[in-house]
Amino acid sequence: MSRYILPLVAVIVLIVFLVIGLTRGDPRALPSPYIGKPAPEFELPKLKDSSATVSTEDFRGQVALVNVWATWCVQCRAEHQFLMDLAANDSIPIYGINWRDTQPEALRWLQQLGDPYVASGFDVDGVVGIDWGVYGAPESFLVNADGVVLYKQLGPLNWQIWERDFVPLIVSGDISQ
Amino acid sequence: MIPEIGQFALILALSLAICQGVIPLIGAYRNDVAMMSVAKTAATGQFVFVAVAFGCLTWSFLTSDFSVLYVANHSQLSLPTIYKISAVWGAHEGSLLMWILILAAWTVAVARFSSALPEAFAARVIGVLGLLSIGFLLFALLTSNPFDRLTPPAADGADLNPLLQDPGLAIHPPLLYIGYVGFSVAFAFAIAAMLSGDLDQRWAKWTRPWTTLAWMFLTLGIMLGSWWAYYELGWGGWWFWDPVENASFMPWLIGTALIHSLAVTERRGLFKSWTLLLAITAFSLSLLGTFLVRSGIIVSVHAFATDPTRGFFILAFLAIVVIGALILYAWRAPSLDSEVGFSLLSRETFLLLNNVLLVVAATLVLMGTLAPLVIELLNGGKISIGPPWFEIAFLVPMIPLVLLLGVGMHTAWRTQDKRPWVALLRIPAIAAIVIGVLLPLLFYGRTSLLLALGVAAAVWIIVMSLIQPVRSMRRKEGAAAITRSALGMSVAHLGMGLFVLGVTLTSAFNIESDRALTPGESIDVGAYEFEMRELRDVQGPNYSAVEAIIEIRKGGEFVATVRPQKRQYLVQKSWMTEAGIHVAWNKDLFVALGDQLGNGAWSVRVQYKPMIRFIWFGAIIMALGGLIAVSDRRYRLTASKPSRVSSTATETA
Repeated sequence: MSRYILPLVAVIVLIVFLVIGLTRGDPRALPSPYIGKPAPEFELPKLKDSSATVSTEDFRGQVALVNVWATWCVQCRAEHQFLMDLAANDSIPIYGINWRDTQPEALRWLQQLGDPYVASGFDVDGVVGIDWGVYGAPESFLVNADGVVLYKQLGPLNWQIWERDFVPLIVSGDISQ
Repeated sequence: MIPEIGQFALILALSLAICQGVIPLIGAYRNDVAMMSVAKTAATGQFVFVAVAFGCLTWSFLTSDFSVLYVANHSQLSLPTIYKISAVWGAHEGSLLMWILILAAWTVAVARFSSALPEAFAARVIGVLGLLSIGFLLFALLTSNPFDRLTPPAADGADLNPLLQDPGLAIHPPLLYIGYVGFSVAFAFAIAAMLSGDLDQRWAKWTRPWTTLAWMFLTLGIMLGSWWAYYELGWGGWWFWDPVENASFMPWLIGTALIHSLAVTERRGLFKSWTLLLAITAFSLSLLGTFLVRSGIIVSVHAFATDPTRGFFILAFLAIVVIGALILYAWRAPSLDSEVGFSLLSRETFLLLNNVLLVVAATLVLMGTLAPLVIELLNGGKISIGPPWFEIAFLVPMIPLVLLLGVGMHTAWRTQDKRPWVALLRIPAIAAIVIGVLLPLLFYGRTSLLLALGVAAAVWIIVMSLIQPVRSMRRKEGAAAITRSALGMSVAHLGMGLFVLGVTLTSAFNIESDRALTPGESIDVGAYEFEMRELRDVQGPNYSAVEAIIEIRKGGEFVATVRPQKRQYLVQKSWMTEAGIHVAWNKDLFVALGDQLGNGAWSVRVQYKPMIRFIWFGAIIMALGGLIAVSDRRYRLTASKPSRVSSTATETA
């Protein structure tokens, strides 16, 4: 008898796993293991000037947004206008990590669509992306003055998400200092 | 107005699905003929209303009605008409509607060709299909309504994903879904048989043609997907072990096992409970595939919009269907242990091995697909299981499978006398080994153990599949010709042999080279010289492209000109690679443009892919074998001429 129940048991176990998998929240918004922890250090050649570098030191001491982008990423294009508007607001410095891209394409992108970034690092082989736990572009990390990751956004940002998820953290971060 | 008609039709279809799913099942339980006869009428009505809904959505696409959210998101004014039609099933909501339409079509087909079945059995099959349809219609109406309006309407649409703007991908999903959904018929037959408790061999006979037909469509659907990935994704691979591909491949493996297991059940009355389990599993894996692809639980592609409520809905539906079926199975299967025996050397043994190996293969694919998720949930961190793991894991069951396949075909049912068997196998076996060793050496100049094994296995299968048909052609006057079933089996196995040959030679002798080229420069790959003659701009209906004109020469002699393109689609601004491929029966010469490097240079990927056409050609031959087997007279008896045959069918069975 028991061997006829075995498939049932196996399927129930599988379904339990799938339920847990679904309830871990929005499957895309995987909680970043770095939230509340210091942002991983990086030092990358600048996209616009390979001889200079951009690193985590550049934004130490201020709240900053680190945005992972690539020219092959359709959603990044959707997000770009928001980043331009945000940069025009002058509310927060935006640092870019140009991820798994080619330099000519990335430079043409910034030329055509505008450059919202204080500086973009050129992460051609995605090594920094791995350190930062990047799942897919675009992703954005909110880093506080002490270099601690406050929030991670998977997928494109817009004003609604910004007001809802980022602004409260930035405000409270300012007060705590 | 038209979208509202579609919406209304979908709700009416749901009402009819409820009639179809509930009344005939009660009727069959109570042996109430009036209630059972509701089945066919309700199924036909449901099909008509789903077809009306599908037509309304198609109409909204053709008229570019951007007040419909789904149309606005997946179409665009300058989209070519053919892609406006294929855009209907280009994303989640519409493809779900197509899924429902196909389910309704299968149901009508079953209703139409089931006149030879006992009334109660047919009513149960159609009833179970109705229950499945309720689930999918609720899914569409509650979480994924394709007719949702957008206010205010968009001025222009967001365009169909450029990856999908391709003739191969326009017909790939329908074929795949026909196969996927077709396994619901095998599932419904199994459930109906278990509900009635009448589990003799007849249900296996009734199920066989439907299962083979579904398998045939799934084979073609997967083959088209592979072919599309090859020429459209731009790097020349033909299988990537992506979770979405695996989602279609697992039901195929189990479906293949089911076809073989059904043969044993029908002919010999063995493996009954096992066959039932496979029928449940094949359809459950189709549902699991749907869940994996549409819930976003495994983030493999960024393409399918994910929504947790959808994931929960499919998971709940899957749980009800599969757990319900397996409870029924645990209740009925224990009484099916058969007393008929078979000797060790018999076709039954080989089909049992076939089943074990295919199930092992499917399990490995399932493990590889789900492992990243399970390990992440157990806090083991993120892992990724890539093609190298799958390739090795998959070879382990596949090598014995293909070797045993050639033997099993020529082994008799019940028991096989050893001496004539060895005599028959000896010569093809020696020939396969000799050709396996020599062919790579003679034609390509090198060999290896795995390579020789692959070629030998392919030759072995091909020779063994040809024996029966060739004998039949040369038979003496008056001798019985090969049956369609046996011919179909031979042809399908021949396709498998061609497929194995293609896979082995392509993976062993593929040559590729990436290089920066400017017009006038050339690159050598194998014996071929590829010269970039010219770069020019090309304007398509909804894209602009850079086209390279590349001339291929062999030893100075002109072979072909190919025109690979790099397209930028104007609305979504995404870049697509359109490979330039010179096709010959024994090789492809493949050129894809990479990136612009400045100074007029482009990175170009050039590949020489020997025998790659055999992979898809083999799959087409496999599907053809399925079609031939379905056309066997045995099944046609139950399929047509209802009034006369219904009595004889029950007598002979």
